[in-house]
Parts: sequence; C-alpha cells; structure tokens
Amino acid sequence: MFRTLHAKKDVQLGIGLLIGILFGFFLQKGGVTRYDVIIGQLLLTDFTVIKVMLTAVVTGKIGVHLFKSLGKAELHPKPGSFGSTVIGGLLFGIGFGILGYCPGTLIGAIGQGSLDALLGGMVGLLVGAGLFAEFFPTLEKKVLLIGDFGDLTLPKLFKMNPWILIIPLAIGIIALLIWIETSGL
Amino acid sequence: MEWLSLKQWSPYVVGIGIGLLSCVAFLLSDKPIGCSTAYSRTSGMIERLFRGEKVGEKAYYKKFTPSIDWEWMLVIGIFVGAFISASLSGEFRAEWVPSKWSSTFGNSVFLRWVVSLVGGMVMGIGARWAGGCTSGHGISGTLQLAVSSWLAVICFFVGGIATALLIYHVF
Repeated sequence: MFRTLHAKKDVQLGIGLLIGILFGFFLQKGGVTRYDVIIGQLLLTDFTVIKVMLTAVVTGKIGVHLFKSLGKAELHPKPGSFGSTVIGGLLFGIGFGILGYCPGTLIGAIGQGSLDALLGGMVGLLVGAGLFAEFFPTLEKKVLLIGDFGDLTLPKLFKMNPWILIIPLAIGIIALLIWIETSGL
Repeated sequence: MEWLSLKQWSPYVVGIGIGLLSCVAFLLSDKPIGCSTAYSRTSGMIERLFRGEKVGEKAYYKKFTPSIDWEWMLVIGIFVGAFISASLSGEFRAEWVPSKWSSTFGNSVFLRWVVSLVGGMVMGIGARWAGGCTSGHGISGTLQLAVSSWLAVICFFVGGIATALLIYHVF
C-alpha cells in the first residue's frame, strides 16, 4: 500500500489531474467522445463504446484484484439499493439517450470542440446535479433506501473466492467481444 | 510517434489503456475513476457564489463538500487530455451540431442545444440518484464486481437504448 502517498493531499490532486489527462486522451482516441459514436451504440449500429468498456473492465478487473490479493490495493464498491440504483440508473439512461454523451465523455467532447456538450450538456448536468442536492433529503427518506443491499459484491453475494468469478467472467466477456467482432458489428 | 496523431485507435487498445489506468488509480490514489460527483461539487460551488456559505449546510453538500478534490482534478484532466488528443490528430473543431444528429433532425443549433440541455439535466439527476455514472459504475464499479454497479450499468443501457431508439425511429 502507498499509504503515505495516499495521505499527501496536494500530490493526490496532481495525480488525479495526470490520470485524468491520460483518461481523456484515451477516450478521445477511442472515438467515444463523439456524439455519433455514442448514439450509434445506443441505436445498436456501432459497438465501439461496448468494446472499449468491456476491454477496460476485463483488464481492470484482473489488475485491481491482483493488487488486492497482493495486499497493495483496497476495493471501494459503491453501495446500492433498488430505489437508488434502478430508478436512478433508468433516469440516467433516459438522459444518456437524449444527450448522447455521458458525464466523462462530455468533458472530453468539450475538449475536442463540441459546443452542444459545453453549452447544453454541461449546463444541464450542473442544473440536474443541483436539483438532486435540493431534493436529496426528501428522496433519501422516501425512495433511495428502498430495497437497500449496501456495498455488496458478487463474490460476497455468492460466498465464493473472487477469482472463481473473475476468470470465467473474463473469458465470457472476451468470447462476447470475439462474437461481436466476427459478426461484423 | 505517428500513432499519437492517428485519428482513432483500436477500441481494444483504448480499453486496455483505461483498464490499466484504473489499476494505477487504485494503487497510487486508493480511488476508483469516476466523474459525476465533480458535477455536484461544482454545482454547489456555483450556488455558493449566489447564496453564500449556507449552501454548505445542505445535507447533500455535507456528504460531497463543494470543493476541489481528486475526482474534480480528474475531470479537468479529461478536458486537457481530449484537447491534446484532438489537436494532435487535427480533429479539434468547433461543432454546434453533431453530424448524426443533423442528418436526421436538421442543422438547427437551437434544437440541438435545447435537447442537450434537457438530456444533461435528466442525466445529472439520474447520475447522482444512482450514485455514479458510466465511469464510476460502468467501469470502476463493475471491475470491482459490485452488485450496485452491474445493476446500474444494465439500467443505463436499457434506458439509453430505449430512449435513443424512440428518438430516432419514432419522432
């Protein structure tokens, strides 16, 4: 563990910036900062977004769990509930389909000069996030905790060693990618 | 260094790059890559300009203080990185209406602007409602095998695909 490094606030801000620069570079080079590519994925005519995401998930899943098994990293799974994850997720999806960018690729789109992302999407996202903060106390009381399952992970749910899930899941994802590629999508 | 000026890289190369970057973030910063809390923090900072310090008393801003943190810097980095990438390949261009949009709905800047604004608002509410976005849940969460993230990403795409198909094939 790099605990001393984790505690250095200013250095961490610099690391965040550097990781962001590489992330933005990759997203733009992948073409996924373009509206046309993202909406193509949602219209099921262009599978670039899924290819990028699934490859990242396979790589990251093996790497992060390897570091965890070696005692070099800790996991931070997000808590969830049906009221927050399903309703919020579907709302997010509706916004995703209307806007054609997601919160990260939108920033990348601004960096490549997309003005609909800057003046429409970003303003909308800030207003939306502000509205959520405004209504958060009511939502927390009435909706967000319905069917709460906490920060559960799949290995904990099935009570098994994570690697027994990671390896077959990685093989399954790679098989799916090969199938997408060979069927010409 | 020709590859730096290529217009597009293989999605698999990009995916491996992002996957490795996630590992580096866990290792060096003990943080999963994510983007949407930066919008909450920024929204709070803007609101504070108008309403002053009492904004910090809102329950949500006690959880996510309106201040600059690691994830906020990451989001600034995304802008810089995408700008560098687009500049190197000559792809940087001011664009009001994306071509896929204009070929179906015309060149109206106003229409595309209104639609982006509405889409952004719904997404902003949804991202914070679900506690994450396509990066935080979709990549960082699923790679940790979090139940919440797998469920969230399925909902993102179910909602997204249904909405996009409706907009492009019904209207």
